[in-house]
Amino acid sequence: MEIYIPSLFIFVLAMFAGFELITKVPPTLHTPLMSGANAISGISIIGALLVSGPKETNFSVILGLIAVVFATINVVGGFSVTDRMLQMFKKKKEPK
Amino acid sequence: MTLLIEFSYLIAACLFIVGLKYLGLPATARKGNALSALGMLIAIVVTLLDRQVINYTMILAAVGVGSFFGVASAKWIRMTAMPQMVGLQNGFGGAASALVSIAELIRFMTTAETLPLDASSIALLGLLIGGVTFTGSLVAFGKLQGWIQGAPITFRFQQMVNALLVLCFLMGSGYFIFSHSSFPLFLLLIFISFLFGVLFVIPIGGADMPVVISFLNSFSGMAAAVTGFLVLNHALIVSGALVGASGLILTQIMCKAMNRSLTNVLFGAFGGVGGKAVTAQTEFDQTVRTIDAEEAATVLAYAKSVIIVPGYGMAAAQAQHAVQSLVQELEEKGVQVKFAIHPVAGRMPGHMNVLLAEADVPYTQLMDMEDINPEFDKTDVSLVIGANDVVNPAARHDSASPIYGMPILDVDKSKLTIVIKRSMSAGFSGIDNELFYKPNTRMLFGSARDVVLKLVGEIQQL
Repeated sequence: MEIYIPSLFIFVLAMFAGFELITKVPPTLHTPLMSGANAISGISIIGALLVSGPKETNFSVILGLIAVVFATINVVGGFSVTDRMLQMFKKKKEPK
Repeated sequence: MTLLIEFSYLIAACLFIVGLKYLGLPATARKGNALSALGMLIAIVVTLLDRQVINYTMILAAVGVGSFFGVASAKWIRMTAMPQMVGLQNGFGGAASALVSIAELIRFMTTAETLPLDASSIALLGLLIGGVTFTGSLVAFGKLQGWIQGAPITFRFQQMVNALLVLCFLMGSGYFIFSHSSFPLFLLLIFISFLFGVLFVIPIGGADMPVVISFLNSFSGMAAAVTGFLVLNHALIVSGALVGASGLILTQIMCKAMNRSLTNVLFGAFGGVGGKAVTAQTEFDQTVRTIDAEEAATVLAYAKSVIIVPGYGMAAAQAQHAVQSLVQELEEKGVQVKFAIHPVAGRMPGHMNVLLAEADVPYTQLMDMEDINPEFDKTDVSLVIGANDVVNPAARHDSASPIYGMPILDVDKSKLTIVIKRSMSAGFSGIDNELFYKPNTRMLFGSARDVVLKLVGEIQQL
């Protein structure tokens, strides 16, 4: 059980950091923020990669690979659509 | 090598934090997103260097397939459908976490004599959170897409069934660990976690989907964090916690904007969609005053200041670009135009801002509720396009109204209010809006896009 204590510290402190960071975001950016954060939650791809690492193909590895597909959609789709949105935010009208 | 990998994870985690910080300012947001993406790339590349990971061909194939669908969906999705997109993405993240937990459990079951108590508990927690995020998001997606009815789906003893499911999962988990891997029980646990996600979201009404999406967003982060505990990876834990926190904050903001508690949203089964208007308790004059496009155009063009209040009705009618041309015409006539954005305008937090940004409205012209509300009594004309509940004055004074106490945009305080609306039907909450009967309100009936284009034409002729 003790091996999880440092991780728990990191988890709790990161939660606080997250609260501090996000509280200040203006409502205008809430949608890009959510989709960007969403892309970050695709970090579970790392877990998926580690699980699907072994060379032999057993059931665990297959599940891991499916997880890699899902997580990649989450990561790639999330970051690209966020970028597409943010690209549209303009400060002033450009002269025509 | 391990040291290099660990340091790279640290850098990735820092990039996520800095990226989120930059994402908080319109000027740096795009850079912030790019930094987070860079962090993710670093994390993925160093994970592939891990000596456990040797299954390259298969992994690269999986990444290729995922990237293809990711890029395609991001490219083709319409901005009005962003809530569905985010909902679905939440689901994929949750599914990935759940699958990792399942795969780890299977590995324990096949390799170890007895299940390790702590790691198995974590994996089961990951399965529960990930599974709920997965199926819950799919239901939310279905509701937003219109594949599942938006109105709350309820049945008797619903809360009791849900509570019972959680209890079953906990007890089943305990038995599963101590009985050392009974496979049918394992399948049952997976089934329960998926079923719980469905039952959790179906009783929540369409109007509450912004809250649900934010909440599931938080869940997908939590699921990733639990996965981090499982594979003991700090990059996962940090990122999961960041996303979990951000989702919780957005959930809280959304609840506040609707003056509802999270418990009420999740368990209240609030609101029908397109239901019949319920007349409020208080009596008021039921005379409706209409205006035609020609007169409305004159009023707008000769006003000093106009505030436009867009609602989802505007987006549903694809009227954003028409509204932007209207703004340009009015500004050419010297009218000062601003947009008032209610926090729950649209189908997810900040959705309306994205829709208007797509139509080239500069974000500096979009005002948040707190900033714009003091300005209404100095404004000549408020133009309400496809918004309803968020401008209902009953929220301020009628304690019998279901939306009483919800913060609203005070459009009724401006000198004149013009409401563009398809008909007199009720909004998402299913209640009548007394704004429509006020002496200084004029109703302009028609589809938002047609009406606004007509207004543009009339103003050009003035």
